[in-house]
Amino acid sequence: MTDKKLHELFKEELKVINIGLESFAENLKGEGFDAVQVDWRPPAGGDEKMAKLLDEVESEKIDDANKKAVEKIQKSDPVLIGVGVAGKDLPGMEGKMILHASPPNTWDNMSGPMQGAAIGACIYEGWAADEEEAVKLIESGEVTFDAAHHHNAVGPMTGIVSPSMPVWIVENKTYGNKAYCTLNEGLGKVLRFGANGSDVIEKLKWMEKILGPALGDALAKSDGINLKNITAQALHMGDEVHNRNKAATSLFMREIIPYLLQTDYSNEDLKEIIEFMGGNEHFYLNLSMPASKATMDAADGIEYSTVITAMARNGVDFGIRISGLEGEWFTAPAEKVDGLYFPGYSEEDACRDLGDSTISETAAVGGFAMAAAPAIVGFVGGTVDDSIKFTKDMYEITLDENQNFTIPTLSFRGTPTGIDLRKIIETGILPTINTGIAHKEPGIGQIGAGLVDPPVACFKKALRAFAQKYNDKI
Amino acid sequence: MAKKVFVKEGTYYDSVTLMSVAKDVKSLDGITEAVVVMGTDANKGILKEANLLLPEAEAANANDLVIVVDGEEDVLDEAIETTKTLMAEKKNAGGGKAEEKPSTLRGAIEAQPDSNLVIISVPGQFAAREARKALNNGLHVMLFSDNVPVEDEIALKELAVEKDLLLMGPDCGTAIVNQAPLAFANVVSKGPVGIVAASGTGAQAVSSLVDRQGVGLSQVIGTGGRDLKSKVKGIEMIKDLKALAQDDDTEVIVLVSKPPAKEAAEKIMEEVKKIKKPIVVNFLGGDPSVVEGTDAIWANTLEDGAFKAVGIIKGEDVAAGGMSQSEIEEIVKEETSNMNSKQKYLRGLYTGGTLCSEALIQLTNEYGDMYSNIPISEGYGLKEDLKSIENTVIDLGEDDFTQGKPHPMIEPYMRSERLLEEAKDEEVGVILIDVVIGYGSHMDPAGEVAEAIKEAKATVADRGGYLSVIASVCGTDKDPQNLDMQEEKLRKAGAKVLPTNVQAVRVASQILSGIN
Repeated sequence: MTDKKLHELFKEELKVINIGLESFAENLKGEGFDAVQVDWRPPAGGDEKMAKLLDEVESEKIDDANKKAVEKIQKSDPVLIGVGVAGKDLPGMEGKMILHASPPNTWDNMSGPMQGAAIGACIYEGWAADEEEAVKLIESGEVTFDAAHHHNAVGPMTGIVSPSMPVWIVENKTYGNKAYCTLNEGLGKVLRFGANGSDVIEKLKWMEKILGPALGDALAKSDGINLKNITAQALHMGDEVHNRNKAATSLFMREIIPYLLQTDYSNEDLKEIIEFMGGNEHFYLNLSMPASKATMDAADGIEYSTVITAMARNGVDFGIRISGLEGEWFTAPAEKVDGLYFPGYSEEDACRDLGDSTISETAAVGGFAMAAAPAIVGFVGGTVDDSIKFTKDMYEITLDENQNFTIPTLSFRGTPTGIDLRKIIETGILPTINTGIAHKEPGIGQIGAGLVDPPVACFKKALRAFAQKYNDKI
Repeated sequence: MAKKVFVKEGTYYDSVTLMSVAKDVKSLDGITEAVVVMGTDANKGILKEANLLLPEAEAANANDLVIVVDGEEDVLDEAIETTKTLMAEKKNAGGGKAEEKPSTLRGAIEAQPDSNLVIISVPGQFAAREARKALNNGLHVMLFSDNVPVEDEIALKELAVEKDLLLMGPDCGTAIVNQAPLAFANVVSKGPVGIVAASGTGAQAVSSLVDRQGVGLSQVIGTGGRDLKSKVKGIEMIKDLKALAQDDDTEVIVLVSKPPAKEAAEKIMEEVKKIKKPIVVNFLGGDPSVVEGTDAIWANTLEDGAFKAVGIIKGEDVAAGGMSQSEIEEIVKEETSNMNSKQKYLRGLYTGGTLCSEALIQLTNEYGDMYSNIPISEGYGLKEDLKSIENTVIDLGEDDFTQGKPHPMIEPYMRSERLLEEAKDEEVGVILIDVVIGYGSHMDPAGEVAEAIKEAKATVADRGGYLSVIASVCGTDKDPQNLDMQEEKLRKAGAKVLPTNVQAVRVASQILSGIN
């Protein structure tokens, strides 16, 4: 804080910030003074009650807690240490349990693709021979569902994880916590979009029998693969590691292949594995996601912190978690994605926003790093300048700049890091999320991609809950 | 329904561009499906599934662009043409840089890290939050917004005292800090006179008159109109006085306000006593005895305040009027000679609030009670319809005239309408007006009122009378509207233009005496 005296202002060069009538700034510029115009919006979209709540959640305690949360995000060091099996390695995963993209949901309320993927998982596990049997089994209550986030896991799109599936194990070396994610199946007809035909199940079986174990063996020969480094490099190569993973996948392959070649797998198998990874531009997505999850879990559960530690969508609802409100979800109906559709499809065919992959944005990549990935901004019909604007806007709702993830076009400025719930309500600026679009019917798969706004209601709910919890203690 | 295909060989576009173009084409009237893809085998598969794989498309290869449209036959050719145009546009897009504006104070500070002052003019219910954030970031504040609760004003001003920062306002319309005209302000030269004002047009009038006497201004600081009321007790004026006392470039300080509440006046005069620099006190319409027991110099009017400050700097008395009594009498004679016997009343139509107060006070002293929407004589308030009664002086910038309309300094057409309305009253002989220029004001207020003056004069002449219009312009020759040019426009319209509001009032008052 300045300890300058008022009259010292009179010796300075006047530099003005203008909030409101734009002509005041224009006039000053006309007279040769510097003036920055603020594109002001009423706090909380003009909701005076929310604006009042915002005043209540201003304190040093909160600022300090948020600093702590951001420090944890910055210092986290997610490293890929192995491949496990969901039923064995995921904490709390027992019996006939199927995990899905968060927030928590019930069978009756699930979106089409998620139901399709759940049915596929029952068939894949051998719990049911066909769709009819699977539905019967699920409706009997024998299969339990839970949100992947509740088991330190994340999954793209439907996010379905069943006990036999191989999972990446990512360890946050700084804080010791682990995060898990299934291996990416590739594009086309895949379980994560709700497809459950025999070819889908067959591929899952190959992943379980060959791909997972082989990669696990390869990793066992390494000291682990540092995912933070790969993401940082990929951002300099045009990825934002949510919707574009081309560079990161290539970088990952460069790391893993030498170890793969040291395993006992046949040339045939290795060829298939390498082709599979190389043919799947999103192979790294399922690594960037658990890396983000491991990072954000470290920042979760800090009393008084308003940092958002997770955002996720299950195709029906959008949910967020707040560091200072550990374990709670704040939800509102998910929106449809504003994007471009593959030939033959339109918004009518789209499932509502879906998947845990928005963990990327909470961890300062994905939509927040859009300026690093101008190649994908066209999904919203935008320009390179738009991609820079998307990232720059996010500095308005975050607390810090990332020390590891930097953006060349912004003169290597760090990506916007640590979303502050209060700033979202304050500015009305919602997190920029870019995402794939799933068909609303199970089994059809991805039909486009684009940008989506989270519903503002879940942020308002969270702020109300925060103010209530900490009311007299702030 | 029909389908049409167009293939352009050897043209590559990325899939995102193609999808974006397809989306636009699909939205055209009469088109049910549009596919724009490179002719790869995978894409041909998609076309086949969509039943759009026409023979030309089938023959295309991965380096060929394929456009297929499906819809009403007569629009297909046009759709293909539109597609080609869109492709060309997309290729050229993205050259210009979109202007970036930060959305928050924080963003603005990042964009301009050495910022030192924030002007806030957002709606009142949100203004205090922004002001508090600015103060907490060590930034001086000019709070232009009105409708800020007085409790917030006090809290903000106390915070500003603690941090030794300016908190000008709320409802502060005028300031000049380091020669920068803020909001409604005139362009003045740098010089030794510092002003602390609780009224916007008061500050404009004094600063302009000082500048026009060839003496410049160091700072013009606004406090907001409520600062000297009993609740706020002059928190801001006291702090600003101290700051100007410590400022080496300020040699004389002028205080401008309507009469302060007793509690405020006492505190301010206590502070005045401690300051060695000459201080001119212009509490317009107030009690001169307030300066008793101090070295401060009382000024009756805005003009008097400006001239006394200039006199101190120049070491000589500045002629208070600028126009001799005989010159005034000549004007009075000229203006009254063609009036008819029915004409006996004055109508003052002001856009500047403090100039209106100044006129009311002086007219009441020199002639008699005036009706007004801001009356100073008891029983002389206007009725609800705001119609003029006998001698009336109105402030068109008051809330009762500006509900849902811009302030007349920004948009003076309201005054022109009123002027024409007054001219229909055959008992009206003289119209008294102000014209306020400078930043914030209308770009040609004299030109705007000049048309109405001509028309009003013609209306009165048609019925065998003469309408006298007496005017003064508040501003400087450096203002964007230019003082001389504005005065010239008024003169050309037939108005008598006096150098100051006080002198205009004097002429008007003597015209009134002459015709009654």
